[in-house]
Amino acid sequence: MTAEEEVLERIKVIISERKDEVGEVVEKDAAILTEDLSVSYHGRVAIEDISIKFRRNAITAIIGPSGCGKSTLLRSLNRMNDLIPGALVSGKVLFNGIDIYSRDVDPVYIRSRIGMVFQRPNPFPMSIFDNVAFGLRVNGFKLTKDELRKRVQEALVKAALWDEVKDRLDAHAYSLSGGQQQRLCIARALAVEPEVLLLDEPTVSLDPISTSKIERLLVALKHDYTIIIVTHNMQQAARVSDYTAVMMPDENLIGRLIEFGPTKEIFTSPKDSRTEAYISGRVS
Amino acid sequence: MGDQVLRYEDLVKRRNDLKRTLDRVVPVVLSLGVFFGVTVLAALLFDVVTTGYDRLNLNLITEYPSANPAEAGMRSAVLGTIVTVGLSALICIPLSIASAIYLVEYAGGRRWAEVLRYNIANLAGVPSVVFGIVGLGFLVYGLGLGRSVIAGAFTLAILTLPYVTVTCVEAIKTVPEDLKFGAYALGATRLQVVKSIILPRALPMMLTGGILGISRAIGEAAPILIISGLLFIREDPVSLLSRFTVIPLQLFNWISRPLPAFQELSAAAIIVLLLILLALNSAAIYLRYRLYRRLEAT
Repeated sequence: MTAEEEVLERIKVIISERKDEVGEVVEKDAAILTEDLSVSYHGRVAIEDISIKFRRNAITAIIGPSGCGKSTLLRSLNRMNDLIPGALVSGKVLFNGIDIYSRDVDPVYIRSRIGMVFQRPNPFPMSIFDNVAFGLRVNGFKLTKDELRKRVQEALVKAALWDEVKDRLDAHAYSLSGGQQQRLCIARALAVEPEVLLLDEPTVSLDPISTSKIERLLVALKHDYTIIIVTHNMQQAARVSDYTAVMMPDENLIGRLIEFGPTKEIFTSPKDSRTEAYISGRVS
Repeated sequence: MGDQVLRYEDLVKRRNDLKRTLDRVVPVVLSLGVFFGVTVLAALLFDVVTTGYDRLNLNLITEYPSANPAEAGMRSAVLGTIVTVGLSALICIPLSIASAIYLVEYAGGRRWAEVLRYNIANLAGVPSVVFGIVGLGFLVYGLGLGRSVIAGAFTLAILTLPYVTVTCVEAIKTVPEDLKFGAYALGATRLQVVKSIILPRALPMMLTGGILGISRAIGEAAPILIISGLLFIREDPVSLLSRFTVIPLQLFNWISRPLPAFQELSAAAIIVLLLILLALNSAAIYLRYRLYRRLEAT
């Protein structure tokens, strides 16, 4: 067996060992739908004509080689691209049927409904409690002290961090380990009760144990949230996602969506030969 | 080569080659630069302290200038420095922080903002006497403020503004993008990001820059000479429109007199000026240390 075949075999085992019924997910409606989405930076096209249906209460993985525009796609789903000078978005991103790029929509509000977790854990330089409470405070939730405490606790419980930090909520966030910091960032995002959680390679800087904790956490969270995760790690996509989108740069280095479907189909019987090449590690 | 045994002589030879020698010589040459600066400074300090030490007493700051060196002090100049420089700090620091926030966070990435930033940085190198002339033309005569405290304070503020703004811009740029994006992703507005993420982190460096800007203003004689004129002032600057003088001007006045006693007085004035600067710089270091500790506390 060649190395490539081994990789494919390993991924098939991962898929077959999954307890949930991958690929037989009931057709759910879309939480986010992109139509002919294109993004350019200073006139240079980064991604073009992306149309994807991100199903509600499912995990969708976006995979693809470096520079294919995965992160660009992710950032355009909650208008984070607005903050990047020279970024221009065309096409539509429908969130619950509403185009988030239409003139009347407030990007700040969109970001509170569609949360985001980044590659490197980025807790704020303040206490654990204040990190989680940050989103509640900036969004002007009118909460009493007790309500605030309760919301912070709920978020930390959901992020599977509560037991580790309940006795030291006032400790500085930087005193946590990398994996804990990333779960703190997830808790911070969950505290404002978004509908969608975007994660940009959330485990890339973490050790295997922290990574698997976060993966289990994501699977648990999908019952309440729509999750979209960018990952470099094929096995991670195979382990956690229900749907997978494969992106690939074309000859002009413009990122395109080459295949999208249930994770099981993408990994076991990809329609596009480039997908198979990428999954087996022939394209990196 | 691979199977050759490494001999002791090879190792010793490497130790004595040119590169290694240079590595030992270079720090010596570099330290000469430091040595030169420190020596000159020490000589100057020694000269000033030996000349002025005997004149260093409370009279120096409680008495008004006088033609009789035994009675002469620089009360009006000390008060003038405190009032004008203090006012200029109150004008300059908030303005600098505001313009830095605007240039980086609001107009950041746009070409005209970049052009503006480079020009501000260039302004920091303009000779201070030019700012004095601007102050004289625009504030003293143009706005009719006269040769007053407020005209002096504004001139010093304009003088320090470029330097402090540049430091504030640098301070904001040290705030990691990660943190800003993290806050935006939670639905924070620009103002909230500035207030709760950028300012707490950038403020120590901004204030340090502000204090260093003030220290520069305290030592300035040229622009004040133009605004205020070389005056013999025997009254306190009680209002914004009072006439005033500052320590460097008083010093300049004394040092240009022939009587040796006045030379000693000016040396004493230099010591006072240096002590004030030392105190300010220590305050800057302390402030930065305290604020950073609060930020990184675990």
